[in-house]
Amino acid sequence: MKAAVIVFPGSNCDRDVAVSLNAVMGSSPEMVWHGNAEVPKSDLIVLPGGFSYGDYLRSGAMAAHSPIMKDVIKKANSGVPVLGICNGFQMLTETGLLPGVMLRNANLKFICKDVQLRVERNDTVFTRRYKKDQVITIPVANHDGNYFADENTLARLEDNNLIAFRYCDADGHPTGEANPNGSARNIAGLYNENCTILGLMPHPERLADKQLGGIDGLALFESLVETLH
Amino acid sequence: MDKNMKAHVKITLKKGVLDPQGKAIHQALGSLGFDGIDQVRQGKYIEIDLAETDESKARAAIEKMCEKLLANMVIENYAIELEQT
Amino acid sequence: MSSQDTLGPRADEITPEIVAEHGLNREEYDRVCESLGGRAPNLTELGVFSVMWSEHCSYKSSRVWLAKLPTTGPQVICGPGENAGIVDIGDGQAAVFKMESHNHPSFIEPYQGAATGVGGIMRDVFTMGARPAANLNALRFGSPDHDKTRHLVSGVVSGIGGYGNCIGVPTVGGEVNFDKSYDGNILVNAMCVGLAEVDKIFYAAASGVGNPVVYVGSKTGRDGIHGATMASAEFDDDSDEKRPTVQVGDPFTEKLLLEACLELMAGDAIIGIQDMGAAGLTSSSVEMADKGGVGIELDLDLVPCREEAMTAYEMLLSESQERMLMVLTPGREDGAKKIFEKWGLDFAVVGITTDTGRFVAKHQGKIKADIPLDTLANNAPKYNRPWIAGEKRPVIVPDEVPAPNSLSDALIKLMSLPDLCSRRWVWEQYDHMVMGDTVGRPGGDAAVVRVHGTDKSLAVTTDVTPRYVAADAHEGGKQAVAETWRNLTATGAQPLAITDCMNFGNPQRPEIMGQFAGAIEGMAEACNALSYPVVSGNVSLYNETNGQAILPTPAIGGVGLIKNTERRASAAIGHDGDILLLVGTERGHLGQSLYQRDLVGKSEGAPPPVDLTAELRNGNFVRGLIEAGDVAHVHDCSDGGLWVAVSEMAMAADIGADITLGSQQLPAHAILFGEDQGRYILSVDADQVAKIIASAESLAIPVRKLGVAGGKSLRIDGEHEVKLADLRQAHESWLPEYMNTV
Repeated sequence: MKAAVIVFPGSNCDRDVAVSLNAVMGSSPEMVWHGNAEVPKSDLIVLPGGFSYGDYLRSGAMAAHSPIMKDVIKKANSGVPVLGICNGFQMLTETGLLPGVMLRNANLKFICKDVQLRVERNDTVFTRRYKKDQVITIPVANHDGNYFADENTLARLEDNNLIAFRYCDADGHPTGEANPNGSARNIAGLYNENCTILGLMPHPERLADKQLGGIDGLALFESLVETLH
Repeated sequence: MDKNMKAHVKITLKKGVLDPQGKAIHQALGSLGFDGIDQVRQGKYIEIDLAETDESKARAAIEKMCEKLLANMVIENYAIELEQT
Repeated sequence: MSSQDTLGPRADEITPEIVAEHGLNREEYDRVCESLGGRAPNLTELGVFSVMWSEHCSYKSSRVWLAKLPTTGPQVICGPGENAGIVDIGDGQAAVFKMESHNHPSFIEPYQGAATGVGGIMRDVFTMGARPAANLNALRFGSPDHDKTRHLVSGVVSGIGGYGNCIGVPTVGGEVNFDKSYDGNILVNAMCVGLAEVDKIFYAAASGVGNPVVYVGSKTGRDGIHGATMASAEFDDDSDEKRPTVQVGDPFTEKLLLEACLELMAGDAIIGIQDMGAAGLTSSSVEMADKGGVGIELDLDLVPCREEAMTAYEMLLSESQERMLMVLTPGREDGAKKIFEKWGLDFAVVGITTDTGRFVAKHQGKIKADIPLDTLANNAPKYNRPWIAGEKRPVIVPDEVPAPNSLSDALIKLMSLPDLCSRRWVWEQYDHMVMGDTVGRPGGDAAVVRVHGTDKSLAVTTDVTPRYVAADAHEGGKQAVAETWRNLTATGAQPLAITDCMNFGNPQRPEIMGQFAGAIEGMAEACNALSYPVVSGNVSLYNETNGQAILPTPAIGGVGLIKNTERRASAAIGHDGDILLLVGTERGHLGQSLYQRDLVGKSEGAPPPVDLTAELRNGNFVRGLIEAGDVAHVHDCSDGGLWVAVSEMAMAADIGADITLGSQQLPAHAILFGEDQGRYILSVDADQVAKIIASAESLAIPVRKLGVAGGKSLRIDGEHEVKLADLRQAHESWLPEYMNTV
């Protein structure tokens, strides 16, 4: 598998996701500067976490207009898998590749902690190594992670089974208590119609190494390698 | 209450205070091809509906709100516009 | 035209009032004139002297004392005097670290003050070629009842998070404490630890003559120019526009500056590099030239400015953030410029190194300052201020401190105190995991951060117990150093070195100077005994309002090395059925304890003494067990005492414990809540116990079986039950409830 990680000014989880990819791929992904016009031929494009452009104006808004994004959008539309983590998810909604928007967390604070997620489906390139309805632990770290979309959009996401992960309790119930930031329908991650684009607020790369306290995030990267090798 | 006032409060950074957000927006606009921009400064806009008809009382109340909470007087200024609704 | 003609002050420019506003006394002003060959300085020059001879830059009240601290050792690559201290961590790698105060700005504007404090300390670290790997913050606020405290806590915590989270360096530890002495003077001490290659370390010295002096980063505005100095004649006809302004942090620009600097540092274009921190362009250029033994000439017309019509005075004294000054190898400017342009940052050649030994600044064709460098740096005033030692207080006998009505209620009360309760509300607002190497998260004894891509880790912590220092500066200084050493040791790390942030009141008061002197001597004693030198630090004096000084607060930041990340210890109970062992001597010392202060309502007697011989012996023993893989669950006993430490281990694992008071002739509350030093609690497999006890006994190390882990509650000899759920509720709720109360 060949992977490209796009580096924006202010990205700060680019190295972290490259480490996780390297662990499963056995080789380093290509780090691609946002100012470039083209993403080199890749089986996977990753939009990493961080504070692109300082998250000034709106999280992900300015990065969504970076020179490289034209090509990212083109390749995404042609079916190249795209993974957007945290700030990358925010870019995906700002470009319109995924619907909705991230609002400020309901408690108005930055939140960095482990949360539990329910894997909504395991028939995608991103999740085949998980079980359906498996409860996994992955950290969130954001200020604007409160997913919002209008009711029609939410209904369409539910009807088409496009919700990837929901915040849940230890038993897999998407309760209000388990929702760290007020996200609509406890949504932590979303697919596009073809399930080739995944945006998620939690950071799978942060729990993909035993020494860091868990490896629930690793299966996401393993799923990609297994499918895209 | 049949009569009310609406206050439009603009909070802006004091002159000379660095505005990192404005600076980044300026750069991003430039890279999108919007030329000829001298400076971008970002602020906040707040609307407050008041159960008050006396303009000077309303202004005094809003000024207090600005000084106490809405603006950070160390780095920000405020401007108030009032309208009868 | 001789420089004398250009440089003399305008008529009446330098009045005694203006000299006083610049913080210089009569003798110091005479010394200024003398160093200028007998002439008076102009306003720009006076401004330069004022900042360079300030307490902050010159350490004029503290230098004679700081010299008493040990600063060398086989592990030390660079001691105090540079931007940060550097220690060797093997394999050609180094840890680069420093702690610095940003107290006053944080009181004025807590968000920006704390944010720029974090930004400044990270620049100190990456200016040396290190990538920041962890941030910590030692915070001290006023009484929770004071009407400003909540606002300050909220602003400081979000400012630290706002900056650190954005730049993407994990904030992994620190302290938060409350005391009414900080009501008008909060303390925000920021520490950064970075990682560098030993052969890629950059220093501030600007060697060579005719080398370009380069300015990079953000543009210069009228940020943070000292308020009092702005009343001067130059600005009288101007309005709002020329007012000094609070420094605003721009973490996004700092991130770009970090990446651009590290990219340039991969090559060999840089001769010297220095962060523009306090006193900005002035202190950075003076320090670089002075360290390199050269002169420096700046052309201020070339300085990138954010505001119009800035004067030489303003440009030289501006404290705009996210800026660096470099001296480059001639001919390498274009390559360097390309890197900074790629990252969207300003890059300007603003001067040149000279052989004159003078600091010269030109503006609009005129020389605005011409000052011999040695006067500004090495020959700054130095005071041996009078001091008196505090009176020794008696050691309180345990029996004299009343017992609580209920031991279990006392525990719950202690665990919910502002000074002991959970800091989760704080650290969940900090990204403590970014960079993917935080293997020991906040909440333990010390945070543990892997050295990226290796089997090694660094353990990092900050500690000081100001009430001990106030009661006995010498013992308190010793204790602060020893506690960091103990916290690092409890993770399995070999403590390497410390940085210090000395926060005190007005040094012109002999009793305050006495606190400073005592703390330094105590710190020096502990550093020497533990082979644990000081490699960097900062002094913040005059922390007082209306003659009320803060508690003396020598905050210590410690860094240690874990050679094998797999062999480290957490501060949680290991398993159900584990045996808890207590290493160290129990004396039931309740003087200056939290129990005495908050449950009895008295702050009396001497603080607990630190026996450095026992400290070293006990610590080395515990570390040896961790390194051997025999023990992986260790917690030190500190604030609150034994039962508090057991509670913390129990909550971290969600496993209870039944402990026994043992056979010593001490009251139960003294055993449980006494704050004897040099102690550790170990949670070990039952089949390891005999071996560990035998080994301790063979080394004459006091050890006793403290109890058994299991269940969901805490007990003393089967009684005084405290359910973990109740304890957790008490421990976790105080801070969020306090912060949510409007």
